Amino acid sequence: MEPIIEKYNESTKGAINQEQSLMVETNHLAKSFGSKVVLKDFTMKLYKGENLVILGKSGGGKSVFIKLLVRLLDIDEGTVKVLGKDVSTLSDDELNELRQKVGFLFQSAALYDSMSVRENLEFPLRVMKDLKNEEKDQLVKEALDNVGLADAIDKKPSELSGGMRKRIGLARTLILKPEIILYDEPTTGLDPITSKEISKLILEMQKKYNTTSIIITHDMECAKITSNRIIVLKEGAVGAEGNYTELAKSEDAFVHSFFE
Amino acid sequence: MEIEKLNTDDEDAAIPVDNNPETSRNAVQQTLMDFFMEVTLLSKFTARFFKQAIIPPYELKEFLKQCYIIGYKSLPLVGITGFIMGVVLTIQSRPTLAQFGAESWLPAMVGISIIREIGPVITALICAGKVGSGIGAELASMKVTEQIDAMEVSGINPFKYIVVTRILATTLMIPILVIISDAIALGGSLMAVNIKSDVSFNLFFGHVFEKLEFMDVIPSVIKTFFFGFAIGLVGCFKGYNSNKGTEGVGESANSSVVFASLLVFIMDMIAVQITSLFS
Ligand SMILES: Nc1ncnc2c1ncn2[C@@H]1O[C@H](COP(=O)(O)OP(=O)(O)OP(=O)(O)O)[C@@H](O)[C@H]1O
Ligand SMILES: [Mg+2]
Repeated sequence: MEPIIEKYNESTKGAINQEQSLMVETNHLAKSFGSKVVLKDFTMKLYKGENLVILGKSGGGKSVFIKLLVRLLDIDEGTVKVLGKDVSTLSDDELNELRQKVGFLFQSAALYDSMSVRENLEFPLRVMKDLKNEEKDQLVKEALDNVGLADAIDKKPSELSGGMRKRIGLARTLILKPEIILYDEPTTGLDPITSKEISKLILEMQKKYNTTSIIITHDMECAKITSNRIIVLKEGAVGAEGNYTELAKSEDAFVHSFFE
Repeated sequence: MEIEKLNTDDEDAAIPVDNNPETSRNAVQQTLMDFFMEVTLLSKFTARFFKQAIIPPYELKEFLKQCYIIGYKSLPLVGITGFIMGVVLTIQSRPTLAQFGAESWLPAMVGISIIREIGPVITALICAGKVGSGIGAELASMKVTEQIDAMEVSGINPFKYIVVTRILATTLMIPILVIISDAIALGGSLMAVNIKSDVSFNLFFGHVFEKLEFMDVIPSVIKTFFFGFAIGLVGCFKGYNSNKGTEGVGESANSSVVFASLLVFIMDMIAVQITSLFS
């Protein structure tokens, strides 16, 4: 973990202390549904400007984990701090304020069926009250260009393919340029070429806007391109942690299986 | 317990007869518990609606959109049923009135029945079917596909945006639909009267409004607001709290209709009691 802090302290060239640059912190996080234990004891830290990839088995609780970060699900035990705030103690208004700084790409894209692509992208902009129409149009156009779907602007989500929906979902997540972005399988269901483009886009977001991200993926190519650090989720806790090259050399059979 | 019994080779235990008073009492208890649970949840949901409806910001654009969808798009259906209602009621009532030589009462009688009772209830039931199921299914599928979660994480209150606008829209639109349906039903009645006798437009409506009193119109208009509210509330409640994946979508649509229709009848009964107290 040390090198990363150094690296980003260096890159931002400021006297950022460790406390300030800590974006997300969870301590002994636990979550169960009925008798099914999903997360047991999950402790992690995420620093400013870092791309953290989470690997794990299907059904292992990766999506549940990022939902806990924005309180879409309630925590059973432990604490979650996002941007220095303990999410379980926030009032509704404070929570909304925090959520505006956190982008969330859903695994299912979660586009609003009743709205066109343009309206989908404009929806998150509603929180910015004093935005002019031209500025809105500009942002929408830019976001669509980023994902290479400028001509889909007037389509309805039902007219799009799965991969296109995913990319529109990504554009909607990025449009507010959030400080922290949570990507739930951004490249699943996309062809290798588009996958690579999306991975590069994630990297570009990080470079350009100095965003901090958690990326859940099964796509090792994406993990390789985007990650500064990887956590392998195993039985509801951190199974292994390190950068791509470190983990690729791991002796552990479970960790190794991801890199085969 | 049942399964264990079935698995034993013991002959008289092999037939699964539930004559144990303990289990049937438990089943009743469970049903009652579920019912009270549902009522508690619905009350909380209603309280939340009022709270959210009062606090700004108001989602005016979405509200108008819902008014259009709920009101305008239901017009053809409501119009057709209203027309048929007027025609049928007139044709059916004529022989009975003729027996007493009171055929001239036909417009007034049909008018009063439609405006007081049949118009509001039939229209509300039609809307419970069309609008209630639509809202229930739409919200349930938004829930399943994480659209509601997506709104929540963009810092927009989905309850306000989705639920409040829809309930307000039904509360406002159902009364308007009822009034339109009543008017079309009276038109249908006028046509049906004219099959056998020759009654002019002025004469017909003169008769209807002569017999129609303030106490016929006002309570029946007021109750339609409650019908509209109930239809929106139940649809949203069932859809918003749906939790069972795609299967839950159909279930929400179905139970919205059943529950909303039942509520319409119950409210109508209460309304009748209240009006008869005052007159
Ligand atoms: N709302 C919920 N209610 C009950 N159980 C849930 C809920 N959400 C998730 N689960 C359960 O939690 C477990 C973890 O789910 P999660 O979606 O986090 O898996 P995942 O790691 O994201 O898997 P995948 O890679 O397939 O997306 C699953 O067993 C799932 O059934
Ligand atoms: Mg998942």
